[in-house]
Amino acid sequence: MSAARLVAGRGWRGALGRKRLLWPALVLLALAAAAALGPPLAAALGQDASLVDLHHRLAPPSLGHLLGTDEIGRDVLLRLMEGGRVSLLVGGTAALAAAILGTAIGLIAGYRGGTLDALLMRLADGVIALPLLPLLVVLAALDLRKLGLPAAIVQSDAVSLYRIIALVSLVGWTTVARLVRGASLSLRAREFVRAAEALGARPWRVMLVHILPNLATPIIVATTLSVGEIILLESVLSFLGLGIEPPMASWGNMLTGAQETIALAPQLALYPGLMILITVIACNFLGDGLQAALDPRAGRR
Amino acid sequence: MTRFILRRLVQAALVLAIMSFIIYALIGLMPGDPIDLMIASDPHLSAADAVRLKALYGLDRPLFERYLAWAQAALAGDFGYSRLYAKAALTVLAPRLGNTAILMGASFALTLAIALPLGIAAARRPGSAFDAMVNLLGFAGISVPSFWLALMLILVFAVALGLLPAGGIATIGDGGILDRLTHLALPVATLTLASVGGHMRYMRGAMIETLQQDYIRTARAKGAGELGVLLHHALRNALIPVITVVALSFGSLFSGALVTETMFAYPGMGKLIYDSVLGNDFNLALAGLLLATLTTLLANLAADIAYAAADPRITYG
Repeated sequence: MSAARLVAGRGWRGALGRKRLLWPALVLLALAAAAALGPPLAAALGQDASLVDLHHRLAPPSLGHLLGTDEIGRDVLLRLMEGGRVSLLVGGTAALAAAILGTAIGLIAGYRGGTLDALLMRLADGVIALPLLPLLVVLAALDLRKLGLPAAIVQSDAVSLYRIIALVSLVGWTTVARLVRGASLSLRAREFVRAAEALGARPWRVMLVHILPNLATPIIVATTLSVGEIILLESVLSFLGLGIEPPMASWGNMLTGAQETIALAPQLALYPGLMILITVIACNFLGDGLQAALDPRAGRR
Repeated sequence: MTRFILRRLVQAALVLAIMSFIIYALIGLMPGDPIDLMIASDPHLSAADAVRLKALYGLDRPLFERYLAWAQAALAGDFGYSRLYAKAALTVLAPRLGNTAILMGASFALTLAIALPLGIAAARRPGSAFDAMVNLLGFAGISVPSFWLALMLILVFAVALGLLPAGGIATIGDGGILDRLTHLALPVATLTLASVGGHMRYMRGAMIETLQQDYIRTARAKGAGELGVLLHHALRNALIPVITVVALSFGSLFSGALVTETMFAYPGMGKLIYDSVLGNDFNLALAGLLLATLTTLLANLAADIAYAAADPRITYG
């Protein structure tokens, strides 16, 4: 699907599709830019997003702290920026990882068929049918040393980042897998696939070169739509103390202490949640707009 | 029909058995172990005692053997002792399950009562101002983090206005129905607002698709009233995909309950699972997770049956 086709007008509907894509994309770009500005701004102000200043707790906005400070005196604006970096990083990486895992499983299940297909799809059904958050809480609480991971990883500062990306991809692959499986099932009976097979192409070549490119559109749409969901999951796990762990900031863990200080400093509860809401809405609108622009059948809706 | 239900029951039992083993193994991978906790609470215990205790509780045996012993006891109704509550795990669970059922039932009914009519109404004129508003609300609903929604509701209704209690299940010394209801208001509102958007969008999408069918035009041509067309000819067909989504959302209701109950200190299953996982209460966490899984599986089963009942074209193979 070329970019030209993507923006090509179908009358007013095409224009609508364009506008629907434009503003969420701009919002996400602005968020990413703001998040990227965090470290240079911190350096310019001579501060740090995790710098604790117990003499200036819950301070109101000032020139030094544009949005004030939190319950242990950290700069709220810098933490919001770092939180944005973490949320977008987790959302993007985990969505990509889940999409790759789901595509691989879906391709194999759909192209191979038979018992393997039945087994993989029952597995997907199982994962979908489970109480997600209770299980994620257990998975997030696991002792990584008991899993036999090297101490260098377990003790690193970023372990909570790796853990949440791994966890979310582990439960997030099912949508893409079912989609890819369904499409590969019908594609594998088409002439061009049969021709490739007759010419002696190996199964992995048929899957990657002949089937996969035809599935780019639905995979891109599903992955975009999953980014928002993943950011929501990350934020709730971080909020519960099981996702991103302080001192690293995330919009979720910034809200952890907000319930206690809600009467004193309601703004601390407001900002991070608004950022999550804006980001996730933009992701969902972008995914929906992409679907409308790329998939004529869904576009009629 | 009976054969279909029986086969699905066997499948569900199989999934539950597999899940129970996975959860059992996962719980064993959580930080700390029961013997360490005992040693920490009693300084007189020696290393030799620890070895003896491990043997006594069977913790020196391989994982699968331990699982079988646990499963045997569990099937007889013995889920062990809760460390945090010093009671049998099932005794702790039972009242919590009732509380969660009230919370989930109320918000589920409210969600459907709001989402389905709005979705149907919006589908009548896709692209109208009303439709755009419903659509925007739907997007906001699926995009809002439920724990933040809870925080905002607490901020407005409990902190700023002082109208409703910020948490708990009842005022101590007051067990009246009105008191229970005021404590339910914010948790139910949170769960409802967080799930209404998704259902509304599905209902709208399914209804728009159905209203484009030929038989709808036929019904209109034959002079059927607008309400009759919507409810009698369109709704039944549009409901089929919605039923699946609604039933599958039962699993996410548990996720919502975990967050909401924790936020509002509401003593239900979700908060219990969270507390027991964080508090190293292995027996209770295991029993709670299994109960949550069982409930979800049963809801999915009910969905399949309802799906088959709503669509006569489906055969029970």
